[in-house]
Amino acid sequence: MISANLSAIFYLVSGVLFILALRGLSSPETSRQGNFFGILGMVIAITVTFLSTGNFSTGFIFVLIFILAGGSIGAFIAYRIPMTAMPELVAGFHSLVGLSAVFVAISAFLNPEAFNLGTPGNIKLGSLIEMSIGAAVGAITFSGSVIAFLKLQGIMSGSPITFKGQHQLNAIILISIAVLIYLLCSTQTSNLFWILLAVSFLIGFLIIIPIGGADMPVVISMLNSYSGWAAAGIGFTLENTALIITGALVGSSGAILSYIMCKGMNRSFFNVILGGFGATEDSSTSSSKEQRPVKSGNADDAAFLMKNASSVIIVPGYGMAVAQAQHALREMVDTLKKNDIKVSYAIHPVAGRMPGHMNVLLAEANVPYDEVFELEEINNDFANADVAFVIGANDVTNPVAKTDPQSPIYGMPVLDVEKCKSVLFVKRSLSPGYAGIDNDLFYKENTLMLFADAKKMTEDITKNL
Amino acid sequence: MEIDPLIFRLSIFILSIFVGYYVVWSVTPSLHTPLMSVTNAISSVIIVGAIIAGLSGNSDSVFNTSSIFGFLAIALAAVNIFGGFLVTQRMLAMYKKKKKDKQ
Repeated sequence: MISANLSAIFYLVSGVLFILALRGLSSPETSRQGNFFGILGMVIAITVTFLSTGNFSTGFIFVLIFILAGGSIGAFIAYRIPMTAMPELVAGFHSLVGLSAVFVAISAFLNPEAFNLGTPGNIKLGSLIEMSIGAAVGAITFSGSVIAFLKLQGIMSGSPITFKGQHQLNAIILISIAVLIYLLCSTQTSNLFWILLAVSFLIGFLIIIPIGGADMPVVISMLNSYSGWAAAGIGFTLENTALIITGALVGSSGAILSYIMCKGMNRSFFNVILGGFGATEDSSTSSSKEQRPVKSGNADDAAFLMKNASSVIIVPGYGMAVAQAQHALREMVDTLKKNDIKVSYAIHPVAGRMPGHMNVLLAEANVPYDEVFELEEINNDFANADVAFVIGANDVTNPVAKTDPQSPIYGMPVLDVEKCKSVLFVKRSLSPGYAGIDNDLFYKENTLMLFADAKKMTEDITKNL
Repeated sequence: MEIDPLIFRLSIFILSIFVGYYVVWSVTPSLHTPLMSVTNAISSVIIVGAIIAGLSGNSDSVFNTSSIFGFLAIALAAVNIFGGFLVTQRMLAMYKKKKKDKQ
């Protein structure tokens, strides 16, 4: 058994190690070391907890059994999960953080003596407030993440689910959560605690259902942030520095990612959360519905264009992930490089279903990360490139965002793909992208549409090179 | 008058938000997915609360309603800790620089 002061210092150390873990991610070279710091911090936190309870009885064995059981499931998932399923995995993991926060809060509420928080029905006021906030945020994180998971997994339709009076209903529920917390803290009635949990689960569900598939990067980041705030709430209850530091880190990390994603779409956070984007039929679409001519080609034409190019920029999007085309793409690029063609990749901040989604897939396909560029780094290069190869991206290349103030995506930063000498656009059909608007790029003089599955088309081009 | 310890915890909390703010802005965008998975793993340090909850039963009865919730929370957090760190490691191992011998 170690003293409370000593264990507090160790918790502080593990909090600092967690900061270093995030710090390591500033470059791929230091990132692996960062991850090691994270693991070390976790080992310290768990060991210190064991030592400070000083309870090595039967209960201790059960704790180890549950850690091993959960740990082996987690390890199994981590090794088996395909990289394309990373958004679902992260959403699933968020739900677990949320649910364990709820469980810890329930446990503390039922047995406050174990945590030095008072007695049932007479819990210290401060602790009860922290506990109920932690539990409510945890519950919202859980049910919200479950919906996000189901949408990403395709079990639930990715299109927004909206109904009349939705915002009013959500507002009422949010107010009732605040009222419930107030009543719970003033009366200590246990029934109120259960109602609070139920209502929080409900609002998490209701907040996420109106948000469409392509807004998932924002949703995942937001839930990431929530899971941090839930952990911090519990950290305050348990008076644990490691949890408070971590909660704050994760909370601000998720918030920053949400901000970056919203900026990548030129939409306010509020606008994304209110949801329903892409579900409403806007007038600007119907006005441009008349048939316009497009040039379409086959793998042979594409190979010809690329063979005669001296530089090619690849623009991947969610479609590449769906078609699992990243390996085929890398093979195509290898062939291009053998012909002394300069190839680079351009990644839009909101390409894919989560922040950095495309980068991971390209890394999986052994694309060196110094060939992959962010929007600001590469956007000026399009004008000097010969061919842009758009694979599975759509809205992020739409020049309408720069030209038409009426368009719902007006003002969104887009890749200046149309400035290339020629554009190859791999797509299954002419159907509009997520924003529900036509892409002007399809009809440009220098665009060649390649109607096919992304993976198959890429393989065919490689054969023809 | 003595300062409530809550104020100290609040100070740590607020300062950590600022640390998080600056640290996360310096994360390179290409590592945003590993950032999410590693934050996932570290937020599962909530397992320390779960362990205290799990050990709250006395020696006669390891399991009571409160400790059962503790044990469940331990299992969930453990899934996240192992899964989160390992999947991050797996992802980070894939990020490679251009090989020098290639052209």
